[in-house]
Amino acid sequence: MRANAVLPYVLIAPSVLFLAAFFLYPLAQTVALSLSDADGFTFAHYARMAGDLNFKDALVNTFLLVAVVVPLQLIAALGMAQMLTKLRKGRDLVLWVWTIPLGVSDLAAGLVWLALLTDRGYLNSALFALGLIDAPTGWLSYETPVTLFFAIVLAEIWRATAIVLVILVAGLGLVPKEYDEAAQIFGATPWQRFTKITLPLLKPSIQTALTLRTVLAFEVFAVVFALGGTSFPVLVGEAYIWQFQNQNYAVASAYAVLVMAISLGATVFYLRVLRTPPEARG
Amino acid sequence: MAGIVIDGIRKSFGAVHALEEVNLAVADGEFVALLGPSGCGKTTLLRIVAGLETRSGGRVTIGTRDVSDLPPRERGLAMVFQNYAVFPHMTVFENIAFGLRMAKADRARIDAQVARAAGLMHIEHLLGRYPGQLSGGQRQRVAVARALAVEPAVLLMDEPLSNLDALLRMEMRAELKAVLREAGTTTIYVTHDQTEAMGLADRIAVMHGGRIEQIAPPMEVYRTPATTFVGGFVGAPPMNFVKTLAADGKVRLGGLELPCPIASGEILLGLRAEDLAPVGADSGFPFAVRVVEPLGAHILLTGETAGQTLRVVLPPEHEPRAGQTVHLAPIAGRWRWMAADSGKAIAT
Repeated sequence: MRANAVLPYVLIAPSVLFLAAFFLYPLAQTVALSLSDADGFTFAHYARMAGDLNFKDALVNTFLLVAVVVPLQLIAALGMAQMLTKLRKGRDLVLWVWTIPLGVSDLAAGLVWLALLTDRGYLNSALFALGLIDAPTGWLSYETPVTLFFAIVLAEIWRATAIVLVILVAGLGLVPKEYDEAAQIFGATPWQRFTKITLPLLKPSIQTALTLRTVLAFEVFAVVFALGGTSFPVLVGEAYIWQFQNQNYAVASAYAVLVMAISLGATVFYLRVLRTPPEARG
Repeated sequence: MAGIVIDGIRKSFGAVHALEEVNLAVADGEFVALLGPSGCGKTTLLRIVAGLETRSGGRVTIGTRDVSDLPPRERGLAMVFQNYAVFPHMTVFENIAFGLRMAKADRARIDAQVARAAGLMHIEHLLGRYPGQLSGGQRQRVAVARALAVEPAVLLMDEPLSNLDALLRMEMRAELKAVLREAGTTTIYVTHDQTEAMGLADRIAVMHGGRIEQIAPPMEVYRTPATTFVGGFVGAPPMNFVKTLAADGKVRLGGLELPCPIASGEILLGLRAEDLAPVGADSGFPFAVRVVEPLGAHILLTGETAGQTLRVVLPPEHEPRAGQTVHLAPIAGRWRWMAADSGKAIAT
């Protein structure tokens, strides 16, 4: 009896210790670093961060990316997941192909898209060969912020939609098909079945997928740097610059804490907005 | 209101024939039970009628409409599923109202119909709850109310009571029968429980191996099974089939002599357990009692006659002991001859 009561704590102890040592401790350190200087407690680093030339751009760009990329990814993943459920054969193969980008590191993915979209890249070569353009066109410079933005959006969607897809496919697998059949019997059209049955029953999975994807989207960095360098400032990119170029760890920490706060905010937002009351669970 | 005609429905999964040429006509307002063991194709047939399963051949007509190629929502039917399929994210009210909402019924009609259906199933007090807060029996009532609310011409039920405990099942059975009779809904009811089929249906279609072996009113199925399968599946205990040898158009079993429909050769004598009565030792056939089970309303005996196992039900005043041999004879006219090779009934 006594052993049974202790056992669960023993079993989770290693992961708790791991998280404490490699996550909580550095986190506390980062927060401390961002809030202190030689004289003690201070908000100076945050003031410096907010006063930085790139800060507003980085903040706006990051939010803009999240606001465009995450909804598109959710819609695409929902569509892909629905298509997968309709496949009679080769379902696993299609799912496998669709999830390949998950195995590619974000920097490598950024470089792949750079090779495609740069001045002398594959897209320019192809358009030139087809006679559609007379000279290589630049899309990825600070002079073409709109095409640069959409190039980043495209690369991010290619790279990270599959994580949403995988969660939704797993979620769909948990919904008994009788609910959809009952909806068919009682007169629901395919669209009504999707909006009134599938989506609500998938809500817990959508919540998980959105939380995970949004938190990761706020941390976007490598793809942006590969495609646009510093032409498209984002929050984590600024943290990187302050850390390694400016060697100002305190301001870098302030950026890190800000990104964490935004991520926490997004998580709380999804937990509240997409809450399923216990009595309404399947 | 509408009848259902199932015309030559076939279903193959690759080389496996789940249904072969099933024909069944359900009259307007009739209650037909599809009865059979698991894997006999009864649920597949019901799902083809519903439009949830594709067919390999044949047609389904509801009323005057050929619905074979219509999606389920255009077939004008309602269904109760085995595991209820009550939507967990909707209240009981919204569940019952679902079909009406899809049909764009106005609010007054929705309120009235939900109240009526909930009243019929005695769940008015649960309308604000979610299915997760209900017991299995209550969820079952919601599933039935959801089907009744749309006042369907045709109601399909797939083992609707099989997830309930025995007492609840009996209670729901009686209620369902009363409600459906009142509504006059044409119903196909899939079950593997012969008691349910006997108790509820106007006619029973007994299915076996993808075919319908017999379609008849319950008592006819019980008394005059078309095959040994039907006799064995319907009734508890199952019908006894005694292997006998005919000679000169007669069968002799101990001191019993019965005229039989074939001149000579092997033939099965079908005897219901309760259609045998004790007789004097000089007549009837000997039955060596092995097990005696007093079941209150009657006594169930298991024993042997001519090396074959028989089950016999006697009124409780008889008290044979295990090991005893009694003499039995069938009640006049209460036996049935079946072909030894095909298992099919032979007309007398």
